[in-house]
Amino acid sequence: MRSEVSTASRSGYPLAVNGVPLMPLPSGALWWAEERTLLVADLHLEKGSSHARRGALLPPYDTAATLAVLARVIARLNPRCVVALGDSFHDRYAGERLHGADVETIGALQAGREWIWISGNHDPEIPGSVGGTRVSEIVMGPLVLRHEPRLGAPAGEIAGHLHPCARIVSAGRMFRRRCFAGDGSRLVMPAFGAFTGGLNVLDEAFAGLFAAPLRIHAIGEKSVYLFSRRNLRPD
Amino acid sequence: MIERAGASRSVLLIAPTGAGKTLAGFLPSLIALSQKKSRGLHTLYVSPLKALAVDIARNLEAPIAEMGLDIKVETRTGDTPASRRQRQKRTPPDILVTTPEQIALLIASREAETLFGNLQTVIFDELHALVTSKRGDLLALGLARLRQFSPGLRTVGLSATVADPPALAGWLVPQTGRGTAVADIVMAPEGAAPNVEIMKASGRIPWAGHMAAHALEDIYRLVAGAGLALIFVNTRAQAEKLFQDLWRINDDGLAIALHHGSLDVGQRRKVEAAMAAGTLRAVVATATLDLGIDWGDVDLVINVGAPKGASRLAQRIGRANHRLDEPSRAVLVPANRFEVMECEAAVEALAEGAQDSPPPRTGGLDVLAQHLLGLACGSPFSADDVYGEITGSWPYRDLDRPRFDRVLDFVATGGYALRTYDRYARIRQTPEGLWRVANPRVAQQYRLNVGTIVEAPMLKVRLVRTGRRARVGGRVLGEIEEWFIEQLGPSDTFMFAGEVLRFEGLAENSALVSRAVGEDPRIPSYQGGKFPLSTYLADRVRAMLADPANWAPLPGQVREWLEIQQFRSRLPGRDDLLVETFPRGNRFYLVCYPFEGRLCHQSLGMLLTRRLERAGARPLGFVASEYALAIWGIGDYGGLIGSGRLSLPDLFDEDMLGDDLDAWLAESNLMKRTFRNVATIAGLIERRYPGQEKTGRQMTVSSDLIYDVLRSHEPDHILLEATYADAASGLLDIARLGQMLKRISGHIIHQPLSRVSPLAVPVMLEIGREPVYGEANEALLALGADELIEEAIGEV
Repeated sequence: MRSEVSTASRSGYPLAVNGVPLMPLPSGALWWAEERTLLVADLHLEKGSSHARRGALLPPYDTAATLAVLARVIARLNPRCVVALGDSFHDRYAGERLHGADVETIGALQAGREWIWISGNHDPEIPGSVGGTRVSEIVMGPLVLRHEPRLGAPAGEIAGHLHPCARIVSAGRMFRRRCFAGDGSRLVMPAFGAFTGGLNVLDEAFAGLFAAPLRIHAIGEKSVYLFSRRNLRPD
Repeated sequence: MIERAGASRSVLLIAPTGAGKTLAGFLPSLIALSQKKSRGLHTLYVSPLKALAVDIARNLEAPIAEMGLDIKVETRTGDTPASRRQRQKRTPPDILVTTPEQIALLIASREAETLFGNLQTVIFDELHALVTSKRGDLLALGLARLRQFSPGLRTVGLSATVADPPALAGWLVPQTGRGTAVADIVMAPEGAAPNVEIMKASGRIPWAGHMAAHALEDIYRLVAGAGLALIFVNTRAQAEKLFQDLWRINDDGLAIALHHGSLDVGQRRKVEAAMAAGTLRAVVATATLDLGIDWGDVDLVINVGAPKGASRLAQRIGRANHRLDEPSRAVLVPANRFEVMECEAAVEALAEGAQDSPPPRTGGLDVLAQHLLGLACGSPFSADDVYGEITGSWPYRDLDRPRFDRVLDFVATGGYALRTYDRYARIRQTPEGLWRVANPRVAQQYRLNVGTIVEAPMLKVRLVRTGRRARVGGRVLGEIEEWFIEQLGPSDTFMFAGEVLRFEGLAENSALVSRAVGEDPRIPSYQGGKFPLSTYLADRVRAMLADPANWAPLPGQVREWLEIQQFRSRLPGRDDLLVETFPRGNRFYLVCYPFEGRLCHQSLGMLLTRRLERAGARPLGFVASEYALAIWGIGDYGGLIGSGRLSLPDLFDEDMLGDDLDAWLAESNLMKRTFRNVATIAGLIERRYPGQEKTGRQMTVSSDLIYDVLRSHEPDHILLEATYADAASGLLDIARLGQMLKRISGHIIHQPLSRVSPLAVPVMLEIGREPVYGEANEALLALGADELIEEAIGEV
């Protein structure tokens, strides 16, 4: 076995949606610097305990793990506003299973800033134990934020729901990575949650979403990397 | 044998292949059954292979019919129809030939107690192979339970010659904690000593590589001169290459076939049938033919490449001439210069009858978890009783009670410090304190997940026409690991099923390929290090290297090579670690020679590069072979060591197995792969079945994600402990690395050189030849993205 020891590191490459410059982060979050607003999609809190209900006793730490990553991003950027783009909770009983310590963590993250929960198919109702504004979708300047992307939506839509990931050919090798998928006028964000899987951006679920050529920002260990369609492969 | 059976004593029968072990194992049962009064299951026969079970039952029916006995023999494997399995539970045969997994399933059924109540004998075939695997753990636990049902149970172990017979004999009988109980050992007389020679190839012996292309003509001549030759190689890639090369020069049109575990089952059965029918002249095979019964009159075994271990080689050679009175004939074909020494050491070991087979395993905690759930599916149990029961089995005889309780806790509620799953428990205690399964769904899940063989996810390889858009159908050539296919780029070529194939793409559960005629395969499907060089042979090779007086049997080319090494650099003593440093091109190299096998060297390379990085020595990469490790970089290692800024004793200090190991394990793909197996066996995640993947992918949580979360939030969890124990002896070989670091402490010799030494050439030739596998490589991801970012810079 041969292995190159490398520490290549750089900041991610910015993207734009409907003319708004945004920075995709290796955590899977999206930073709108102008508005000091942080976007995250598909946290799927309490997914572990949801599986436990059906007999697969997965570690009950996914909520804490997801919140810990989110806390690091928030501590670094100190956003004025955080928007969660739906499926923040894995099912409608997640609130009952949510650990007291995790409720406190969410409270601490929300302190001193605006917090918006957009509802998704997994969480039509956000648990009452947590604070924040509940909406079904929201318009912010030239952007529309919602959970599920809509076919033929006007420019400016940012959504989640699909958990995009990409199979990428790079330097002769194949990689599978979570990614941001967009065409300049709209964007689908990767799932942020610790236990969330991914769906290939070339899957038919994405068909018809993008009018202009697809660009994906793939999440690496240390940065986010831009690729075009020709580097992508189906599953 | 019969005497001891009469006295109801358990016995281990050690005999070389071909001594009639199988019938000897059955004979006491046949005698007892011919005088029997009552019906019911009398004898269980456990075979490691499904195909073997069917053959054995068939071979047994003939003598029973000839003797006119009223004895019913049946098989029970994963292929047995459900209706017959049900019937077997109600009206069992006298003798049941089955596999370890089926025993686990039977134990987990309500009928277990009545079914096994009158069981007299359990026979374990190929015991030496079983006891080194997790299947052996599961079987040992099953045996402990069978003894509860039928306390007078007698066991019979059938084994090839092994290094430590008492350990195997101990495996067969209950352990009480005071001293070691063992079964009687019966050693069959050794047959005639095998006639083994090392091929003196006419061509030049290569410095590196494993393909033995230089000896191709000689191998072909051997095949032409033999009746039926078995040609053993170590990896699938070697088998593929050698098979193709032989056919290229096969002017006489000899019937030469190929046999390895990834080929389509139908294809393999055809080859086996042709062998038995005597229509073949040679079979190129991997370890898949190591085990097993007679498939024909093999009169010559050719072992191409490294023998890896003395016992292993002895068993392979035993495949020739299944008659005790005639010597087996074997020829060893070393593929490179180091392998010449290894072959020589192996032949000496054979002559002395030395054995280096691995000892029985310490039982895996994941297997125990599976077994406990199975017990709870059968009938309610008391934790105290079961702890006593399982510590009577050899692999778990030293298991302490706290660990047992943690495994039980894991089975019940996941065993997490954050106790949130009590309401979702899989097993619960009755008011009397007995553990029982919480609901029928859990028992059903157990039955779907039983067993310890976790296959790497496989893809079917389908042959399609090149460049066609509509790619449907296509002949299935076999199956290949998903992780291998995942790393192929479009139109990469590789060797499989005796052909060079071009990767066309994926469709459902298939990898689509086309024939790539006249091309060199770009990616070899090399599965290195499946069987590492045994410590015993490694020691012998080091001893041979250390003293020129031992070089007499070596070919002139190899002797010359070592003499130049002695002159240009130096020869390490038997217990020394030689470290050479030299510049080459615009890089500096550090090469060391531990002789501990590729897996161990790979782990050493990972850890050393981390330490060199920290010491400011700027390493760039490394390559590991069975014998040596080479690290290269920008720092002048020789200068740094010479001036005292880099200390070799510090660099190779045992403390690398502390924090550095920990940090590496956090991100190691090998560790994640190990965890996936452990989590599957323990029942934390469910098995993937073909066809289920596509729909399941988004719903299931990948084991990698679980590993990351568990590791950061509960690093002491029992499954991580089990994973670490596996990795230490498996893919990472940490246990051996630890022994090696201890051995060389105070024995490191630094030799600064102005250029590459003769001994270093083989490992240097591996650079660029060995593909980069496994570890996430951020730099490569960035590399592909660079161009595009430059292109795109004006657009955003």
